[in-house]
Amino acid sequence: MSNRYPGYDVLAKRHTPSWNEQTRRVIDKRLAISGEPRFFTAQEYALVGAICARIVPQPSDRAPIPVAALLDEKLVLNALDGYRDARLPPLREAWRRGLRALDEAAREAHGVGFTRLDAAEQDALLKRAEEGKLEGPAWEGMPSKLFFEKRLLRDIVLAYYAHPTSWSEIGWGGPASPRGYVRMGFNRRDPWEAAEAHGDDDAKALRENRRVG
Amino acid sequence: MATTTRKRCGRTGVSDDPQHVPRARDGRAPDVFRHGGWVPMRCYGENDEVDFAIVGTGAGGGTLACRLAEAGFSVVALDAGPYWRPLEDFASDEHEQTKLYWTDERIVDGENPLQLGSNNSGKSVGGSTVHFAMVSLRFRPEWFKARSKLGYGADWPLDWREMWDYYTEVEQALKISGPVRYPWGPKRPRYPYRPHELNAAALVLAQGAEAMGIDWTPTPLATVSAPRGLSPPCVYRGFCTLGCSTNAKQSVLITWLPRALAAGAEIRDLAMVGRVEVNEAGLATGVHYHREGAWHFQRARNVVVAGYAIETPRLLLNSATARYPDGLANSSGLVGKNLMAQSNQAVWGLMEDEIRAYKGPPSLSMTEHWNYQDRGKDFFGGYCYMSQGPLPALWATTQAGAHGLWGDALMRDMEKYNHQVGLKIVGEMLPQKRNRVTLADEKDQYGLPIARVTYSWCDNDKRLIEHSLRFMTQALEAVDARDIWRQEDDTCHLNGTARMGDDPRTSVVNADCRSWDISNLWICDGSVFPTVGGVNPSLTIQAIACRTADRIRALAARGEL
Repeated sequence: MSNRYPGYDVLAKRHTPSWNEQTRRVIDKRLAISGEPRFFTAQEYALVGAICARIVPQPSDRAPIPVAALLDEKLVLNALDGYRDARLPPLREAWRRGLRALDEAAREAHGVGFTRLDAAEQDALLKRAEEGKLEGPAWEGMPSKLFFEKRLLRDIVLAYYAHPTSWSEIGWGGPASPRGYVRMGFNRRDPWEAAEAHGDDDAKALRENRRVG
Repeated sequence: MATTTRKRCGRTGVSDDPQHVPRARDGRAPDVFRHGGWVPMRCYGENDEVDFAIVGTGAGGGTLACRLAEAGFSVVALDAGPYWRPLEDFASDEHEQTKLYWTDERIVDGENPLQLGSNNSGKSVGGSTVHFAMVSLRFRPEWFKARSKLGYGADWPLDWREMWDYYTEVEQALKISGPVRYPWGPKRPRYPYRPHELNAAALVLAQGAEAMGIDWTPTPLATVSAPRGLSPPCVYRGFCTLGCSTNAKQSVLITWLPRALAAGAEIRDLAMVGRVEVNEAGLATGVHYHREGAWHFQRARNVVVAGYAIETPRLLLNSATARYPDGLANSSGLVGKNLMAQSNQAVWGLMEDEIRAYKGPPSLSMTEHWNYQDRGKDFFGGYCYMSQGPLPALWATTQAGAHGLWGDALMRDMEKYNHQVGLKIVGEMLPQKRNRVTLADEKDQYGLPIARVTYSWCDNDKRLIEHSLRFMTQALEAVDARDIWRQEDDTCHLNGTARMGDDPRTSVVNADCRSWDISNLWICDGSVFPTVGGVNPSLTIQAIACRTADRIRALAARGEL
C-alpha cells in the first residue's frame, strides 16, 4: 500500500487543543483493548482473526489494529445497532452461527477449516457468502448474504475504523474539539491536518506531518 | 392550571454516569452550558395531577414542553434517554457517540427493510436534535395540500400561511444561520444569523448546480455563525451528527429545554414510558414509566405522546385496554400505518482537488430545485440534495455496505477519503398503509414488546430516486468528478404513523394534534405528518409544536381542554 500521508499520526495531537479530556479518555480505553477474547472461544477467535485479515488487510510495516479484539469487545457489550433484519438472529447468535457455518462451508469445499485455507480460497468463500450462495443446515435458515453484509462486513469495518491508526492511514483530521478547523476551501489545510504526499514532495509532507501536533 | 407544591422528586446523589443514573431530580437539572453545573428545576409528585405529561423531549415534545410551561401549564416531560452536558459528555469520536442513538432492538422487514439506530433515531433528552445535521428547511407551501393541489398523498389540515409564521418563530428561537436571499418559495424573513462559510464539498455542489443551470444556497442551519448567549460560533469540527461538544448547535437540549425549565417544567431523564393509562370513562389519566429500576405512575390531566414515528405508535399499541383493544387513539385503524421514511440516496465521486469534507457541518450547501420545479418529473413529490461530509466510520460502512467494497479494494478506496465528494438527497416517499409499525413478539429490557417496522418502496418512490441519481450524477460529471458511483439503498427521517387530518375515519389526530378518540390524549411529533415533503422534518415538527401550544392555550381559555 502506498503511503499517502507519510509520518502522519492522529495521536500526535493528543495533547493539543484538538483533543479534549473526554476524547482522550475514550480513545485511551479503546487503545487498551487487545489480547484474549472474552466473548469468542479460542477457536472462534482464530477464525475471526483470519476473516478480519481478508476484510481489512493490514500492511506489515506498522503495528496491526487489533480488529478481532475490538469486535470481541462489541460482542461482550452486546452493543446493538438499533435494528435487526427479521431474517437474522440477534447479534451474538448471528456471529456464533455465522462463524460455525463459514467454517463448515470451508470443510465441505476443501476438507479443512477456514483458517487453514490460503488467502485466495478464503476470499472465494467469503465472496460466496456475500452472494448468498452458502447454504446448508449450519446456517439454520440465516441467509449467508445478510450475515455477510449486515454483520460480518459491517462489524469488522466499524471495528477497524474505530482505531486511530486507520484515521492516520486515510489522512483524516481525527478528534477536533475544541479547536475545530479554519481553512475550509479547496486544497486548504490547517497546520494540524495531514499533509498529502504527491510522489514528488514526500519529504515535505513528512516534515509537515511531524508538526501536526 | 395545577397548583402544586414543590416536592422532592428523587434521591439525593451525585450522578457521573448519565446513562445509568438520572441527573434531573432533587429540584435541579443539569446545566447544559457548564461543566458539572446545575439549574433549578421545579419538581412534581407522582400524585400531583399535572396539566401535561409529555412523553419524549425531542423536536416535538421538548418544544411543546417549553411553550406549554411558558403559557403557565404544569408540565412533566419524560424521556427514555440521558440528560447530557455536551461540554463534558461528548467526545470527538464516532464510536463513542453512538450513545446518542436509540439502539434498543427493533425488527425490520418488508421489501426494503429500513436501517435504523443512527441518523433517524435518538435516545437523549433533546431527542434526535442532539445529533441531527441541523438542516432547517420550510415545507413548500403546496405540500400542506398535496392531495388537492399536487394530486398525491393527503392534505394536511393546516394552512401554509399560518405555518409560515410558526416557521419564523422557530427560526428565531434557534437563530438559524442562513442566506440573505432564499431562492425558492414565497417570501420569508431574513435568517437571523449570517450563512456559514462553505467548505470545498459545498463549493462542489454549488459549481455543479451552476453548471446544470439550477439555483443553490448555503444551507439554513441550526448552528450559530456568531456568538449567541452561552453558545460560541461553530468551529467547524465536523462532528455535528455525533453531538456538538461546543454547544454551537441549537438543539432542543440547549434551546427549548432550558426555557422549559426556567418556566417551571420538570424533565425526567432515563424515564421510559411503557403505557398510557386510560380510565373507564375512556380518558387518559397519566403514564406508567420505568426509572431507577422500578415502575412509577405520573398522574396527568392530559398526556402528550411525542416519541417519534416508531416509539409513538409502539406506545399507543402497547397501551391497549379492553375498551381500546387495538391500542389507543386507533379507531381509524391508522396508528402505526403510513410510515414514511425519506429517501436518502447519494452519488459519490473523486475530485483531483483535496476536499477534506470532514470539516464543518456536513451539509453546508444544498438545492431545493426539484422540490419547487414540477416540469420534467415522472413522479409525485420532490427532493432536495445536499453536500456531504461523512466521517471515517460512516464513510467506510458506506463503501462496504452500499459500494460492496472489502479487502484490498476497500483499503485502496478509503485512502482517497480526502478527495471524495458526495451529493445526497432528502427525498419524499409516499404514504402507504403497508408501511407500518406493529408489535413484535420479542420484548425489550423493560418487558415491553418491541417494534416491528415494515417498509417497502412504491413505484413512485423508485422513480423519484432514479431521477435524483441521474441528475446528481450529471451534476458531479459537470465538475469533473471521476469514479462516480451511486448509493442506492439509504433512507433517513421517519414520519407518519399517526397522521393528522380533518376526518376521524382517516386520521388519528386533528390539526391541533389532539386525538379524535381520547380528548385528553395528544400526539406531537413527526408521527402526525400526512406527507413528508422533500426536506428535513425538524423545523416543521417544531413549528407544529409551537402551533399546538398556542391552540391548547386558546382551547383552555375557552374551557375546551
